[in-house]
Amino acid sequence: MEKAVDERPNTVKTIGLVKEYVMGSVIVKALQGIQIEIKKGEYISIMGPSGSGKSTLFNMIGGLDKPTDGKVYIDEIDIAQLDAYELAWLRCRKIGYIFQTFNLIPVMTAIENVTLPMVFAGVPTDQAMDKGRELLELVGLGDRIKHKPLELSGGQQQRVAVARALANDPAIILADEPTGNLDLKTGKEIIALLKRLNREKNVTVISATHDLKMIDVSDRIIWIRDGRVERIEEREEVAVKVGEIEGEEAG
Amino acid sequence: MAEEKQIHMPLSEAFKIALRSLRIRFWRAMITTLGILLAIAFLASILTSTAITANLKLMKEEIPAQRLWVVAMSLLVCVVGITNSMLMAVTERYKEIGTMKCLGALDRFIIELFLLESSLQGLIGSLIGTVAGILLMVIIHVSNEGTKVFSALTFFKTFSLSDIGWIFLLCIATGVVLSVIGAIYPAYRAAKMVPADAMRVEL
Repeated sequence: MEKAVDERPNTVKTIGLVKEYVMGSVIVKALQGIQIEIKKGEYISIMGPSGSGKSTLFNMIGGLDKPTDGKVYIDEIDIAQLDAYELAWLRCRKIGYIFQTFNLIPVMTAIENVTLPMVFAGVPTDQAMDKGRELLELVGLGDRIKHKPLELSGGQQQRVAVARALANDPAIILADEPTGNLDLKTGKEIIALLKRLNREKNVTVISATHDLKMIDVSDRIIWIRDGRVERIEEREEVAVKVGEIEGEEAG
Repeated sequence: MAEEKQIHMPLSEAFKIALRSLRIRFWRAMITTLGILLAIAFLASILTSTAITANLKLMKEEIPAQRLWVVAMSLLVCVVGITNSMLMAVTERYKEIGTMKCLGALDRFIIELFLLESSLQGLIGSLIGTVAGILLMVIIHVSNEGTKVFSALTFFKTFSLSDIGWIFLLCIATGVVLSVIGAIYPAYRAAKMVPADAMRVEL
């Protein structure tokens, strides 16, 4: 049966993406020609073993680093053509980032962390604070808005990071190993949170991960190996039986 | 650029972050401030001593070149110390800097932040240092030459280096300017960091 061609516009598109690092006298080929298209509102997981290049790909898509060759298009715009201001604007307004190590600013409280992107965007303080409070309540931390990251658990910090990623209503959320530093149960909560946001706000979620729990919530899974796309699977094609580790749930 | 395409960092926000960053590394900030304090105290004391002597003798005193050389050296050592301290701060905060860039911070916000932190340390250090230097010299001269020294002190009466008022301002300005100069290179290094590098999880 032929699959219908998806005519929806691409939120993210990469063409022939190559990234090489020079380490001493060796050239490390992190990415060797990646070609992917991601549509608006999809929940994509980029999966692969350590060293496969998925974090590098993530950095390319998020405009955090420049490729050696190839192009990255976000909403049909080639990000290599953007100047510093426009790139900053992109990172501030269009993309929300979530990291494995949470990356909250340690000297700021939860609500200050969440409102920082809004400050950069020029949102007036009162409005920013109200929205910050709303977002923290959305992720279940309404009672800890004045806590500093030191005073929050890993899962709570990651929730603050999720709230922060949503600060300026981005079109895309990029999550690099969001559950990497979290235990099983907290990891599941974060994944559920991301899926809920994906559904309710139609935000495109792109997550680089090797957490198999992500497979359940993804629309498509892009498998990366040795800097190349190994295969792309639709959710329905993947037969996954989520096992019982630590006897936490019944099949 | 359209209104909504602009990225801002209000000074109040930068101030808040700078102050808190200093507070959280209080003792290291104190040590850096101490360095500035001592160097500026030295400068202030030399200038004050010369001013008092000149005013008592009612003639212009030249500071011998050798003494100027020593003062210049001490200020230079101070700047080097500031650069070292700020470089350490930048290295420690790689992740924080990278994260801020991901949230949309422009390169110059990062530079502003570090220059602000450094100048705050410079301000406090040179304020205390200047007062300490001036007071110390006044006390020494009074114990040597008696209370006529007080008549030799003028505050903003003349526009010259024999006026304590102007010495005060000059020393503080020197302290702040030097701490900004010392922080320029580290701040530039911080700002030019590629966010991906800044975020690499240390293995």
